[in-house]
Parts: sequence; structure tokens; C-alpha cells
Amino acid sequence: MSYYHHFVIPFTAGLLFLVIVVAAKWIIWIKGLNNQQKRQVKGNIFTKKSLLATWEVLAESLFHRKVFKKNFLLGYMHMSLALGWFLLIAMGNLETRIFTHGQLNPPYVPIFFEFFEHDLSTLRYKEIFTFVMDFLLLFVLSGVALAYFKRATSKPLGMKQATKHAFVDKLALTSLWLIFPLRLAAESVTAGLYGTGGFFTRWLGEAIAPLPAIDMLYYPLWWAYSLSLGLFFISVPFTRYMHIPTETLLIFLRKYGIKETEKHTSYTQVELNACSRCGICIDSCQLSSELGISSSQSTYFLKSLRDKKATDYLTETCMLCGRCDYSCPVGIENSTIRLNQRRESPATGTSFGYVPAIEASKGKIAFFAGCMGQLTPSVTRATLALFDAADVEYTHIDKDATICCGRPLQVNGEENAARELAQKNKQLIEGTGAEALVTTCPICARIFAESYELSIPVYHHTQFLYQLAASGQLKLAPSNNLITYHDPCELGRGLGVYDEPRELLKFAGNLVEVKSSKTNSLCCGGSLAITSINQQQRNQMARKTLQSIGANDVDFVATACPLCKKTFTAASDENAILDISEILVKAFANTKQSSKPEQKQTAKETSTVN
Amino acid sequence: MIDFGFTPFAAGVTDLDKANLSLAKQITEHEPSFNLCISCGSCSATCTAGQFTKFSFRVMCHQIRKGNTTLAIEEASKCMLCGKCTLICPRNVNTRNIIRLVRKAQTTTP
Ligand code: SF4
Ligand code: SF4
Ligand code: SF4
Ligand code: SF4
Repeated sequence: MSYYHHFVIPFTAGLLFLVIVVAAKWIIWIKGLNNQQKRQVKGNIFTKKSLLATWEVLAESLFHRKVFKKNFLLGYMHMSLALGWFLLIAMGNLETRIFTHGQLNPPYVPIFFEFFEHDLSTLRYKEIFTFVMDFLLLFVLSGVALAYFKRATSKPLGMKQATKHAFVDKLALTSLWLIFPLRLAAESVTAGLYGTGGFFTRWLGEAIAPLPAIDMLYYPLWWAYSLSLGLFFISVPFTRYMHIPTETLLIFLRKYGIKETEKHTSYTQVELNACSRCGICIDSCQLSSELGISSSQSTYFLKSLRDKKATDYLTETCMLCGRCDYSCPVGIENSTIRLNQRRESPATGTSFGYVPAIEASKGKIAFFAGCMGQLTPSVTRATLALFDAADVEYTHIDKDATICCGRPLQVNGEENAARELAQKNKQLIEGTGAEALVTTCPICARIFAESYELSIPVYHHTQFLYQLAASGQLKLAPSNNLITYHDPCELGRGLGVYDEPRELLKFAGNLVEVKSSKTNSLCCGGSLAITSINQQQRNQMARKTLQSIGANDVDFVATACPLCKKTFTAASDENAILDISEILVKAFANTKQSSKPEQKQTAKETSTVN
Repeated sequence: MIDFGFTPFAAGVTDLDKANLSLAKQITEHEPSFNLCISCGSCSATCTAGQFTKFSFRVMCHQIRKGNTTLAIEEASKCMLCGKCTLICPRNVNTRNIIRLVRKAQTTTP
């Protein structure tokens, strides 16, 4: 039996176009990967990782697990559309397969089966199929209804701002929104005329059947349904809907271990195209929520880069705090892509020829306070006092004169300039013959760990002090103070150090965990990666952050970054903002007074940041 | 007649009517805090780069105001963007942004 009618052409042509374009893009992207990345694909494709990736594709692309986590209604909307549509296609295929006794049908047959076949009496499990197909259609339509609703007002779906879309996106959106109502209309009219359909389309069909000239709508509706499908498919490669096929590829590549490097690669293209422009990143950005700068967030930046139109404004108006990397349901490395874009066109040449070779005395542990450390001498003093208390043999390598670590230049895209400073500092560090490098500044720690290629381990002071405290080398006695901890961006999201500072604080008092912590922690506002916001704006952000971590309800706000400390202190007269080391010094002093039994804690695996 | 008293040192005089103040204008436009500077020199005192070379943010700002664009650009190239000056400045001058604007001007001004 063969099924055909001219109205299937728009659908079939659209589908063919989409398949060809997506296949071509995938091939171009995979071919464009660098050699290292290609090796990762080859080495992992026939392993368990592909299975895991398949599972993740199902969980994310069909069930939208991460969107569910963000907001139930938003998750339901995405899931009903994706999963519902997928099941409609799958069930439709199964239905026609069974009906035609396993015959291979052109792709349009299951889609328009209600049109082609009015007598399903020979279909096995007919009742089940017709019920399920109607049920699934309603399921999808509920999602479409929510989508209409979201356009009208996005608040109930947990989003303050919805992305502003371009014209072709709107065209695609309209055709997508029309597909399922048109399917319902076409199937209902058919059901009214020929007695087909399931519980819902039959009921609706019979209800509208007495209307005059309803049979005149029969062909136009099937044409319209096919056209809306075809239009949507053709628009996919030119719109944000390209994220649907691209996210699948992204999930596989990521499972094979591919990450952003220090340069754009074709993996970046995959990420750019995998952005659904959902706009979740806008709400997570403090530039938007605190300062009302709502036009530079990742969704806009990625789009501009995808269209090869990234402006300085978009590239530079970002604190690189990394919050949106973690809130993005697709898991796009937004801040790394933005940083790499800055690296593409650094401001201009710098000249550091004036910097002499710097030397420091030898020691077992090289301690670096950094520029920010020089502005917060109390932190350096406290840390060194703790070193002394634990008999650490150290050399303070930037005690007298030193240069910047290079991270501020790096985050502003001036990679070569940063490397020049890094080279000088590397000589300084290696010249001390130290076995480890410890710094109180997460900004320095990040570049030491990621770009210096040192042969010795790098520790942030919270990691190093935790080892000392946990092994009992540093004796501490806790007080009854309530302490809350603020995760610095560079230390937390940047270097993944979340636990040691917390464990360390438990040696000193009672730790109060806040809601926006760890990957979700807020930026203090001091970020060196943005220069276009002024001090008043930074203060405003800092006050908000202090408020949200409940600074007024605790005795101390502890942080582990001298820049956070400076920024918070400048913005607030009321709160005591201390570096962990300063709090620990108090806990050390307690050991002299109290005779409390010392707290026992087992040391966990020693971790470094590099 | 012997001329007692003080005369300006010719090399230090700038005729503001003739000076090329386009950079100063550009900076003021993008970073209004440029005009808040009181030349206190705190920035220069804390400057990381200034430990090793004769570089001063405060002086650079003067060069900009006097229209000595080339000198200002040369100076700006020494900055490490470390951010100490921004934190120190009593007038909340957005120093790093000014440096970046000067560095960018290098590619746009002849
Ligand atoms: S970057 Fe992520 S969160 Fe932002 S719009 Fe794209 S997919 Fe959504
Ligand atoms: S990295 Fe931070 S500042 Fe930049 S867009 Fe993301 S949330 Fe906003
Ligand atoms: S510290 Fe501020 S006010 Fe003082 S000279 Fe520097 S920029 Fe000007
Ligand atoms: S940012 Fe530049 S001018 Fe300011 S203190 Fe650092 S090196 Fe000096």
C-alpha cells in the first residue's frame, strides 16, 4: 500500500533540508577539532562514555532535568514539548509499522497517518494507540499553552527576563507554536468527517462537525499542518532552535573529555550553537540583577559571536565571575569563551622591560601575598603568624618589591603581557628552591595553577592551613562565634576549592551556611575582569551580596580573598569582614587561654589547586 | 633692565587652545570619574609598576590633560592592571578603565 498526497511536500522537503544541514555542520565541526580533541573523540567513542552520553542526551534533551531543577513549570514546558513530540513520532511510527505489517514507510506517513488511513479496524491494539496518540498530543499542547503563557509573562516560570529575539527566531517560534494546534485541528476535522481519532479528537471532531462548511477545511488544515512543520524545519539552522541537534553533539563531545582551551576551536562553535537562548543566564548575572546592565549577558554575547558580530561592549562587559556557567542548563563554558574572545583582540602592547630580575631568600615554602595582599597587610600578618605557630619554614617572596601575578592582565585579554610577568615570577619562585607555593590570593592562585606550569604544587592558604590544622601541627581552639563564609569567585568556581575553607572555619567557630554558596555564590563586586563599572556600582553590589549572605546575623563574615575583603569593607561600616587566617589567629590565641580538649578531625586527601 | 621675578619655564607651558585634547575628551566621555582626580598621588605611591620605574598614574593623567597623547600612551603601557590604585584612590577614580582607554587609543589615534 502506498500513501501519498501533495501536501506532504513541505514537510518532507523541510525535513530533508534539516537533516542535510545538520549532518554537514556536525561533520564540519568534528573535522575542525584540533588534534588533541580528535584524539579524545577517537579514544573514547567506543567506550562506556558513549552510553553515558546517550543517557545524558535523554535526560537533558528529552526530560530537561536541569531546567526542571531551575523551575518546575519551565521544566514541564520544555519536557512536554520535547518528550511529547518525540513520543508522538515514536508511537506514530510504531502504529504505522504495525498497521502496514512491518513495511518501511516514508517519514511523512506516520505524521499524517490520520489523513491517509480512516479505517483502523485491522490495527492491533487500536484502542491503545488512538488513546495514547491523543493523550500525547494533549501533553504537547499543554506545553505549547505554557509557552504562550511564558511569552505573555515569564515570572511564574521563574524568569525575570526573557531573551529578546530576532525576527527569524520569532518566525520559527510562530511556526513551532502553530504545529500542534494545527495537528489538533486537522485531526479533529478528520475525526468529525470520518469517525477516526481517539477520545479527544473524536469528541472535538463530533462537536465541530455540525458547523457549516467544516469539510472545506479538511485539505487546507492538512496543508497548513505540513507547511508549519516544513517552515519550522527550514528555519532551525538559522535560529536558536539549532540548539536542539547541537546539544546532542555537545553532550557527546563533553563526555569524551573535550573542554574549552585558551583559544576558540570548533568545539566553541558547537557550544555557541548549543545555546538555546533560554535566558536563564540573564537572571543569574549580578550585572543585571544589581546594576540593571541587562544587555551583555552570555545569551547575547554567544549570539553575537555566533553571528561573528561580537562587539567590545559585549566582550568586555562581564565580570567573568562564572555564575552563568553554573546556571546554564546546557553547561556552556560562558566565561571561558568570553575570556578567549578578549584574548583574540588584546588592548595593545605593554612594555615591562623595566622590571628587573627579582630574587628572594630560600625556604621550604614560598609564600606570595600578591598586590592585593600588600593592601591587606593584616591578612599576610595573620597567615605568617599561623605559619610560625605551626613551625613552617617559609620564605616570603614578595615581601619587599614584587610584580603582579599577571592574572589581571590575563582576564582583560592581554595574554602575552601576562605571560611576560609570569615568566619573571616563575624565576623568582623557582629560585627559592621551595617545595610548595602558598598564596593568600585566589586571583594569583588561579594563574599560578593554570598558566605558570610550575613543577611544585600550588596551595591557596586555606588549603595549606587546613592540612596544618587537620594534622594537628597547628593547634586551634574554637570559640562560640557565628561565622559565615563567602566563596570568592576565583577560588570557588575558578579553582573548585569549596571544602577546605569551610572545614578550616569549623576549627574556629560555628559555621553558618548561606543559601547562595559554592557554585551559586555571589560575586563581591570587586572583579578585576571588568573595568567599565565604577566604584559606586561595585559598592552597591557588595552591599547586596553582604545582605544576601546574612552578614548582620553573624559575628564575622569570613572570606578567603583579600580583594573580597577590601571590596566588602569599603561597602560596609557595620560588618566585620575577616580573612579566614585572621579568624584562625583568634582561634590560635584561644588555645593559650582555654584548656578545652583539642578538636580531632581526620585529614582528608591533600589537595592542591594545580 | 634686569628682569627679576619669576617666569614660566617655556617647556612646561601648554597652550590649551592649541593642544590636542581629543584623548582627554574621549576619556571623560567614557569614564567621567577622570575629572574627579585631585592629583593626590596616592595611586602612584601604591603603584606596583612604580616600584621599578618612573611611572605614575597621576602624571599620566596630566599628560592626557595637556594633550601629550604619545607620552600618555607610552606611560600607560607600563601598567600591570593590578588594581591597587583603584582600591586606594580617595576619589574613586576608575583608574584601570582610564588605563585601558588610553591603551585602546593607541590603535585609534595617529
Ligand atoms: S548561555 Fe545557557 S543559560 Fe544562557 S541563554 Fe544560552 S543556554 Fe540559556
Ligand atoms: S560571568 Fe558573571 S558577570 Fe559575566 S555574564 Fe556570567 S554571570 Fe554575568
Ligand atoms: S589616587 Fe585618585 S585622586 Fe589621587 S592622583 Fe590617583 S587617581 Fe587622582
Ligand atoms: S593598576 Fe597599574 S597604575 Fe594601578 S597600581 Fe597597578 S600597576 Fe600601578
